[in-house]
Amino acid sequence: MTITASLALNFGMLVFLTAVALALARWRHLFPVAMLTGLFSLLSASLFTVLSAPDVALTEAAVGAGITTVLFLATFGLTRAREKPVEPSRRLIGLAVTVITGAILIYASLDMPHFGSPDTPVQQHPLRDKYLVDSQHEIHIPNTVTAVLGSYRGYDTLGEVAVVFTAGMGALMLLGRGRRGRRGRKRTKE
Amino acid sequence: MMYAAGLAGVAVTMLLILIRVLLGPTVYDRILGINLFGTKTVLVIALLAFLGGRTDYLDLALTYALINFIGTVAVLKFMQYGDLGWAGDVEDDSDV
Repeated sequence: MTITASLALNFGMLVFLTAVALALARWRHLFPVAMLTGLFSLLSASLFTVLSAPDVALTEAAVGAGITTVLFLATFGLTRAREKPVEPSRRLIGLAVTVITGAILIYASLDMPHFGSPDTPVQQHPLRDKYLVDSQHEIHIPNTVTAVLGSYRGYDTLGEVAVVFTAGMGALMLLGRGRRGRRGRKRTKE
Repeated sequence: MMYAAGLAGVAVTMLLILIRVLLGPTVYDRILGINLFGTKTVLVIALLAFLGGRTDYLDLALTYALINFIGTVAVLKFMQYGDLGWAGDVEDDSDV
């Protein structure tokens, strides 16, 4: 892929992301907002794909667009789907916190090495050859990130999966309990 | 070149869909728009895969198609029944 095409794609995706984020901040009805967060997540996942990080994109799509939307909707079944109006003074505090956090993040990004620069630890560390070259012969997984996640630190990944699975079970039990409780009330009313 | 042209075309449709989602008078316009946008994302990733010669991205596109479908079904089920239901103690037929 040429540099200009990649740049144009990145630019377009970022413009889309900004438009979606502005709409997210403006809408007060939370049902379309939940769906729009899914769209935001799909957009950022395609941005990650353009940046050659398919594993991050996969996680973002599965968690952001898939599970989070469903969990939001299940929560709306238990609560109301409309945002309470916020006082202007509290809005100002939120704006200040957001601007300061964004400024700190931009300031921190100035310390990062340039995209693709050759003198970073990623390029110079002795372990680089071990993972990038030897992993092809050792475990025959073409993608290095997958090789590290699935094999070199496989036990760690297994622990992560257990944690995520437990969290998902807990959330499902909580949401299911609310539904049962409401059904019980309905039955006694009848 | 063909893939790049396709990518540009899909980007234009994405823009149009995004406008519809943001303006969309009813919720159904928005749901349909977001579902379409997910389909366009699948197309973009497939085109990117062939443009960059990395056809292993196609797996990613397949996963996106599945997630998009699940999300739309969840949204429509919520619109129909008010919640997402619980499979364990189904007594009426509202969850079928």
